[in-house]
Amino acid sequence: MSAVLNKRNIIILFVLVSLVFPLITTNTYLIHVMTLAFIWMIGVYGLNLLAGYTGYLSLAHAGFFAIGAYGLGILTVKAHMSFWLAFVLSLLITGLLGLIVGLIALRSKEHFFAIYTLCLGYIIYLVIDKWESLTEGVRGLIGIPAPQGFGPIKFETEKSHYYLVLFFLLLVILVMYRIVHSLSGRSFIAIRNSEDLALTIGISTARNKLTVFVLSTLFAGLSGALYASFVRFIGPDIGNTAVIFDMLTYLIVGGIGTLTGPLIGTLLVIWLSQLLQDFQQYRMLIFGPLLTLLVIFYPRGIVGGVTDIYRKRMAKKEKQLAGKKDSYIQSDLGAKNQVKEG
Amino acid sequence: MDILIQQLFNGLTIGSVYALVALGLTLVYGILHIPNFAHGALYMMGGYITLTMMTKFGLHYWIAIFVSIIVVGFIGVLMERLVFHPLRESPPIQDKIAAIGILLFLEAFAQYTWGAEYQSMPSPYGQVVEVFGLTLTMQRILIVVAAVIVMILLNLFLRKTYTGSTIIAMSQNREGANLVGINTTRVAMLTFMISGGLAAIAASISAPINLVFPGMGQLVILKAFVIIILGGMGSIPGAIVGGYIIGFSESLGATYISNDYKDIIAFFILVIILTVKPTGLFSKGGH
Repeated sequence: MSAVLNKRNIIILFVLVSLVFPLITTNTYLIHVMTLAFIWMIGVYGLNLLAGYTGYLSLAHAGFFAIGAYGLGILTVKAHMSFWLAFVLSLLITGLLGLIVGLIALRSKEHFFAIYTLCLGYIIYLVIDKWESLTEGVRGLIGIPAPQGFGPIKFETEKSHYYLVLFFLLLVILVMYRIVHSLSGRSFIAIRNSEDLALTIGISTARNKLTVFVLSTLFAGLSGALYASFVRFIGPDIGNTAVIFDMLTYLIVGGIGTLTGPLIGTLLVIWLSQLLQDFQQYRMLIFGPLLTLLVIFYPRGIVGGVTDIYRKRMAKKEKQLAGKKDSYIQSDLGAKNQVKEG
Repeated sequence: MDILIQQLFNGLTIGSVYALVALGLTLVYGILHIPNFAHGALYMMGGYITLTMMTKFGLHYWIAIFVSIIVVGFIGVLMERLVFHPLRESPPIQDKIAAIGILLFLEAFAQYTWGAEYQSMPSPYGQVVEVFGLTLTMQRILIVVAAVIVMILLNLFLRKTYTGSTIIAMSQNREGANLVGINTTRVAMLTFMISGGLAAIAASISAPINLVFPGMGQLVILKAFVIIILGGMGSIPGAIVGGYIIGFSESLGATYISNDYKDIIAFFILVIILTVKPTGLFSKGGH
């Protein structure tokens, strides 16, 4: 049973279900929530690439999310650019800022990096909040246009918007998949496990970390730009630290450093939050302790937990088959699985 | 000139509060090497508990502060026992996430219990006094005096008492402290207790001039982080000096640069420090 639930099958299942989902339900509210969940997933993938694969916890990603959103908002509403030009430009802006920030921030490590990015996120939030001539401050930006269509395809209905966001999400998953299973992905994991060791075996840690950082800010920016075009109203609150904590919750529940974790975590937490509607503003009464407990008992979230159980059962089966004499092979197999999971 | 002196005094007031919060943070960092992101939530809890004790139970301001110190200190101990102790061998990213979990919980808890609105704390020291031509409120003078007294007491405790020196010993070398027979678990609990108590004092004395609300700890804790990076992670004099530096630069910046952006000043200082020296000023040893 568990063998069926490997990450490729989960992703395929997810793609199929999400493709037919709007055909099954006619409830636009459900589609709306789903689209939002997809948008968050993109941002969470960005966070996962950095925190999960290289071990650098960035708390500035809500800021980059907001930069992507405001980039699109300002370019379309104030500069009257066409949608897709503004879209690409907002991604470029986010990436460029990510590059500049990364160059400086990545010189610090561990706690310093977390504190640095936390403060940086706050600076971004405050600038958006106070720079009224550009961002309209607390009033927020209103009237962000929906994406322009290509020929016969238009993105005005909820359904079409859903598929557009899904397209970008799948693109992100594909990119993630390719990265994680490439030599670069291996290098990132090596950096996470021991930066000094990675450096001694000839991995250019500085360049790798910078690549990851820029990519992950790009994901965050993409997520922000999609959010702005979907919700069509943005306020400075989207850059608040509360947003990064939400994203972190999705990531930790699903499984940090796993490929399917962001999918599962985001879906689960968002739907749970929907069930808790009246309780929305107090949801952290549950998710806060959940975050702490998961980190203590299942540091790699649901996906990591399931994989561990599966691996243990595999090892047990192997033991029964091989008897007690061949413990060497068994540990070898365990090691193989470990490497595979990454 | 009057404005300058007035602002310098304001800086002294804010700086005292920051220094107290940063002291708690730096003590915990010295012992366990974790940046306790939940420290701001302890500060916030301190404010609320003092307020509740005064309004609901009609206790006197000082007794309310005392209760608050005990309760928040106890929350600190619980945190250490339930969360940071089990995580002591884990990779550093997990401590941070766990601390964030506690922070989120406590903030939601405060919002659930006391509501999201801003509340003001009545203080018996609201009167205005004139000192050398300056108009000051008693509360602000109280903040400065109380903070200095607390710092002196803490310093005496750490340097002169046996229990205090075990904290210093453990921050210097955990294994070493364990080898000479110091109960490191107890010291860790004690440190969290003191750290929580300091946060409660800081919140209780500053709440009458600010306000009490669930997010009141967020900015303070961020600035406290800036302070301990400025003063050296784990350094006690560094936390005090850093607290006053940030306090002064903020109050002067608010007057002479821009009131809107005064909160950014501290973070700007941090960004500059970490840009120039990624391991923080006065960091001990090299990797």
